[in-house]
Amino acid sequence: MSDSITMGGGKREFICIVCPVGCPLKAEGDGDAVKVTGNACPRGAVYGRQEYLRPMRVVTSNAAVQGGDRPLVSVKTSGEIEKARIPDALARIRGLIVSAPVEIGQILIDDLAGAPLVATAAVGKV
Amino acid sequence: MDRPDIFDCAIIGGGVTGCAAARLLSKYGLSLALVEAAEDVSMGASRANSGIVHAGYDAAPGSAMARLNARGNAMFDQWCGELGVPLVRCGSLALAFDETDQRSLEELYESGLANGVPGMELVSGGEARALEPLVNPDVIQALWAPTAGITSPYQLTIGCWENARANGLATFFDTRVASVERGDGHFILNADSGSSVRARYVVNAAGLYADEVARLFGDQSFSIKPRKGEYILLDKDGSAPKRVLFQAPSVMGKGVLVSPTADGNAFAGPTALDQTDKSDTSTTGEGAAELRRLALRSAPGLNLRAAITAFSGLRAVGSTGDFIIRASGIEPRLIHAAGIASPGLTSAPAIAEEIVNILANQGLRLKAKPDWNPIREPIERFAGMTRERQAEVIASDPRWGHVVCRCETVTEGEIVEAIRRGARSLDGVKRRVRAGMGRCQGGFCAPRVMETLARERGVSMDSITKFGGGSRMLVGPIRESVGGRAVEGEARA
Amino acid sequence: MTGIRATDVAVIGAGPAGLAAAVAAVDKGANVLLLERDARPGGILQQCVHNGFGLHYFGEELTGPEYAARFAGEAARRADRVSFLPDTMALSLDSDRTITAVSPREGPLTIKPGAVVLAMGCRERARGALGIAGTRPAGVYTAGAAQRLVNLDGYLPGRRVVILGSGDIGLIMARRLTWEGAKVLMVCELMPYSSGLNRNIVQCLRDYDIPLYFNTTVSRVHGSERVEAVTVVKVDGKRQAIPGTERVVECDTLLLSVGLMPENELTRMAGIQLDPVTGGAVVDERRQTSLPGVFACGNVLQVHDLVDHVSREAEIAGRYAAGYAKAGTLPMPKLSVSAEGFTRYVVPQRISAEPEGMVDLYFRVGDAVKPARLTVRTADGKTILTRRKKAMTPGEMEHVKVDVSKLTGDVVVVTEAVGNV
Repeated sequence: MSDSITMGGGKREFICIVCPVGCPLKAEGDGDAVKVTGNACPRGAVYGRQEYLRPMRVVTSNAAVQGGDRPLVSVKTSGEIEKARIPDALARIRGLIVSAPVEIGQILIDDLAGAPLVATAAVGKV
Repeated sequence: MDRPDIFDCAIIGGGVTGCAAARLLSKYGLSLALVEAAEDVSMGASRANSGIVHAGYDAAPGSAMARLNARGNAMFDQWCGELGVPLVRCGSLALAFDETDQRSLEELYESGLANGVPGMELVSGGEARALEPLVNPDVIQALWAPTAGITSPYQLTIGCWENARANGLATFFDTRVASVERGDGHFILNADSGSSVRARYVVNAAGLYADEVARLFGDQSFSIKPRKGEYILLDKDGSAPKRVLFQAPSVMGKGVLVSPTADGNAFAGPTALDQTDKSDTSTTGEGAAELRRLALRSAPGLNLRAAITAFSGLRAVGSTGDFIIRASGIEPRLIHAAGIASPGLTSAPAIAEEIVNILANQGLRLKAKPDWNPIREPIERFAGMTRERQAEVIASDPRWGHVVCRCETVTEGEIVEAIRRGARSLDGVKRRVRAGMGRCQGGFCAPRVMETLARERGVSMDSITKFGGGSRMLVGPIRESVGGRAVEGEARA
Repeated sequence: MTGIRATDVAVIGAGPAGLAAAVAAVDKGANVLLLERDARPGGILQQCVHNGFGLHYFGEELTGPEYAARFAGEAARRADRVSFLPDTMALSLDSDRTITAVSPREGPLTIKPGAVVLAMGCRERARGALGIAGTRPAGVYTAGAAQRLVNLDGYLPGRRVVILGSGDIGLIMARRLTWEGAKVLMVCELMPYSSGLNRNIVQCLRDYDIPLYFNTTVSRVHGSERVEAVTVVKVDGKRQAIPGTERVVECDTLLLSVGLMPENELTRMAGIQLDPVTGGAVVDERRQTSLPGVFACGNVLQVHDLVDHVSREAEIAGRYAAGYAKAGTLPMPKLSVSAEGFTRYVVPQRISAEPEGMVDLYFRVGDAVKPARLTVRTADGKTILTRRKKAMTPGEMEHVKVDVSKLTGDVVVVTEAVGNV
């Protein structure tokens, strides 16, 4: 994970993901003052700044289910979490065992690296 | 079935030769063992060949190949009928593009007459195109052989094996004979796995490895070389030829042919490449290019864009240039059935007869069993049933109404039956009931077939293989609890 | 067990297309039979546990199972009008719209519907279609099969993985396998660009330092029992391997993400006209095929980029299928729509509209065009509209609205490259 640690300064490059054009962004800053170049639209600047300061991601995976009509339930963090904390989040999901039945939207972990982990599917009891 | 300490006869090699011999020997009051290195029967040349029942004009008159091809061809209707194996007598055309080709067709015709091939005709290009519209307009003459046909080589092998098993054959899979000892009036076949099989008589039907098996007995009288043949299999899109199309022959074999299969696909193949590695069944870009060129020469209208897979098989070419079917000069109770290259499939029933005769000559007592059953029921195909029959089988077992393989319309009922009859891997299921044989090549059904294999065999899903040995499909579960394993974790109600 | 079922509309497939079509048909007053070969509705979305679905349709980002559950919920709320047949495989479709099907519970079925909606989806291209040489060991998977094994069955297919194809499924699987502990060594892409979304290239590959090699393919598989390595090779502008650029990459798994093909076996059986470019049926703007009363939508019609578009398309098909079932007829197409320039295909291929209203034309380009000019004109040369686009790529489905009243003849959708400004 090359750019998972947010550094205080320096110049870094990203591909903008806001639209299909995929502008090559350059971001440079010191603390909260970030200068983004290479963007063709204002949304690119917002993205570049966020990605520079604190890249955020949604984690989606599967959790083990006990006593269910399926062995797994799909899960997601209900919001973005810090990219740097993804490994911890994955480790906790790996250790999680949920008892059936599971409802869609059910909160499985209240705080997984800053966001709740919720079920994205229902699993019936056998 | 009791397994005696010492079998009357052991057959090494579960290809079509070994299984056909086993079937015929199971007629008699003998204890029989089949010893197979792989996890299933039909895993060598019988798995990947053209599936042609040759008319029999190719082999040199007077050779074992010539005699056994003609005899084997004549036996095919009865064998396929009894074993529930497909056979279509579609006839073959060997195509001539110039005068040199015409001369070789005339030679083939003469050989055919000498070999006793019935019904052959030298026909004009126009007549050839009337018999098969895909034939190239440049073809000026063809040799028409109406007794040629197509079958399924692995269905025939499996059919023979199941029939022999029903009549008392014992089978030892995953048993590669690594050494041979002499006991008191019998041989001890020691497998690399540590087990051993004892038998008074041994039939060496070890295909590519028949020379190595012979050497284990001290017999160095022949060698076997692998000749690779690559194939391209085409989808069932209605564009398959109706006849088997050969080109005028080359030194390396019967040349590249274009043919329908017994299942309604078409194929082009085989190439012919002599090699030294007996395990290399890889396909090559060059092979595919050569196949495309030669296939389009026979049938320019062939839809090669419909290719669904490529594969290759290794023919066991014997050092004598002919089949080697005889008792060993070193051990009179060791019978070789070696060098069974083409027309080995066609000859298989006749080779089996020959083996039985040699065994009898070498002193094996043959007493016909009164209760021998020649009939083997094939696995009923859901897609081929009447609607009433479909309703009936689903009512008795709902799994027959669950279509698992979409491309070939194979139901869970058929897959369960294949497993019950001995399929242990994905390929084993595929050869028996065609699940994964279609245009998506198992992309959709493989996970479902794996589930069924795991459930029916009572093993974990991650132990399922593609074709035995180390061909495991999965490395393990992503969560410890998957597959019914009980574990502790961060529990959450 | 051998009954004949009558219904207004039979929908074949309960993935996103079939579910949306069924709901729309009910809302137009039809009774619907919804046939699904799996035990549950949702189709391939069930295994797409990642997010990114629904931004256009629902205005929020959902995972695949959540997106499917919304439509399955809508269908369930109409349970009095939608009869869901799980584990049911449609086996044939006749030119008189008779369907035969089979399920463990019902046995063989004959269905005589007033109208049919084809929503069977698509399948992945397999190794055989690519002609990759070498051995045939275990460990060669299509990306979707691997996705099912991981996300539904819970098994890891391999530990050291090479992915061929940088479409979205391949990219998503690169991250998914990485998250489950596998090492994804590289993604190879035959083309000089990816057909996947930038977001997936960034978040599935770059985040994990997984290299993406363009103009690169896999030419050979090695290994006798399990994959042991693959040969990776550079290709030239004609996508032919460049000799001398081969390298052998040790791995135990090759994942193929090399394209999707509409699954039109039933369509073919019924003798319905197919578009050789899309691989799906030729339809008009109501998604009616060449066989009156048979409609098609979703990935069986054209491989979509976004499920949101699938839902919209399916609603059109469902609505008109209900209308056909009631009236027994719909206007036949008057105009044809064709592709020109970089435009590879256009759906619908026919227009039968009355002289009022707007029609949405969906299309894809055959190559990346940056920047591009899009022109919709009639065959007699009248320009209906032009648009400038910063970028058009084969991975994205484009869409343009045209006013039917302006169409004086057959329609041509032209995409041209414009010089850099």
